[in-house]
Amino acid sequence: MTEEQAQTIEIQLLLEGIFQVYGYDFRGYAEASLRRRLTLWLARSGFASFSQAQAELLRNPARFEGLLQGITVNVSEMFRDPAFFRALRERVVPHLLTYPFVKVWLAGCASGEEAYSMAILLEEEGLGDRTRIYATDIDPAVLQRAGQGVYALKEMQRFTQNYQQAGGKAAFSDYYTTRTEHAVLRPSLKQRIVFASHNLAADVAFGEMHLILCRNVMIYFKSALKERVLDLFQACLVPGGFLCLGVKESLQGQPRAPQFEEVLPRLSIYRKRYV
Amino acid sequence: MCEPRPGLKLVVLGVSMGGLEALKFLLRHLPANYPLPLVAVQHLNAQAGNALAPLLNAVGGLHVKEADDGEIPQPGTLYLAPANYHLQVEPGGRLSLSTDPPVHFARPAVDVLFETAAAAHGSGLVGIVLTGAGSDGSLGLKRIQDQGGLTLVQSPADAQCDGMPRQALLALTPDYQVTLAELPSLLLRLAGGPPSAPRPPC
Repeated sequence: MTEEQAQTIEIQLLLEGIFQVYGYDFRGYAEASLRRRLTLWLARSGFASFSQAQAELLRNPARFEGLLQGITVNVSEMFRDPAFFRALRERVVPHLLTYPFVKVWLAGCASGEEAYSMAILLEEEGLGDRTRIYATDIDPAVLQRAGQGVYALKEMQRFTQNYQQAGGKAAFSDYYTTRTEHAVLRPSLKQRIVFASHNLAADVAFGEMHLILCRNVMIYFKSALKERVLDLFQACLVPGGFLCLGVKESLQGQPRAPQFEEVLPRLSIYRKRYV
Repeated sequence: MCEPRPGLKLVVLGVSMGGLEALKFLLRHLPANYPLPLVAVQHLNAQAGNALAPLLNAVGGLHVKEADDGEIPQPGTLYLAPANYHLQVEPGGRLSLSTDPPVHFARPAVDVLFETAAAAHGSGLVGIVLTGAGSDGSLGLKRIQDQGGLTLVQSPADAQCDGMPRQALLALTPDYQVTLAELPSLLLRLAGGPPSAPRPPC
């Protein structure tokens, strides 16, 4: 047996153990990126192999917490894919304006960049006082960071450029104050956002939604888990509600695809059919 | 100079500065029915958009497209990593995308493609480092070699930008050190035999 094959087996055993001990189910995650993340963690951990690490990980929740962050953390940026956010403004918001109250679910919000982008966009489009954004992630530590709304100042140039290309209506600097090396987002943006822990691999839907964004999250899942998540989204979207995936993802070939209409397939914006 | 190598499944390429011309040359000199799929990471700015694939597809020869998540690579096709995503190969051979942090300040990064492809295909893989600045690709190429795959590096003197080939040669002794002009015929000989029929999608 090669080292590579041995490691594949060790990873399978570790994921099984993590599921049984902590309830986090990574068995449905796509292997390539999971393996990269796990081996990066292992290299820093001081353990020689996953078998060695497993003994400690299954007994020491603090140690597991470190691993959890290593394998789940996602980095995003504000208004990533500006063309998508522009389309959201022009093609989706007009429908949202017809509802008395709008509920948005941002599944896999990581450190919150997209949640704040949505809060800014909806406020500029006049939905600020009748909208709630449920921003969820599997990792409690990342949610805490998201709730702070503090980002590195050096990111702001790119975020500003994205915001302008996305059709932003104000000066982006209106939305943050500078504190040494950091940009602190305007606290009022947080009033529209509820950050909450939710595990797409295990948890159920938590309410009726008008818009769901789940961008660049399902690329980490194997097809069975993708199907589970799409079932979940289909179930909690109102008829006519919108589903947005990452611009390089699509519903093509998914069993749930017939229940969605393609609004802008090139930007992965879909709409749940009425019947 | 070399024997056909049976059991090859995939060719992966890493290019950076000077890569556009190198890829164009390759496309002009490989037949449209080349029997192996090719997957390339060309370093791109995060805001680069998706103009590269249509530009290269217009060159002729192989079909060129940006890789979609979950796609099964087909012979006669060159897949490019989209801007602002890493491109990976899953065990079983499907392509996948990730938004993991940049590696060597690059996303897409050559090392990510090479490492995941090495894990997926082992000795069925050909890895090639071509022109480019920096050191991306050398660790990945070493992994390909360690997993039994074939490794090719463009001769630094022949590369428009010799950084990546030089770094690769420091990391390993490749199976072949070639000029760009020699590369198409070498790839054809390695693949050997008549082009196989495209596999049906499953």
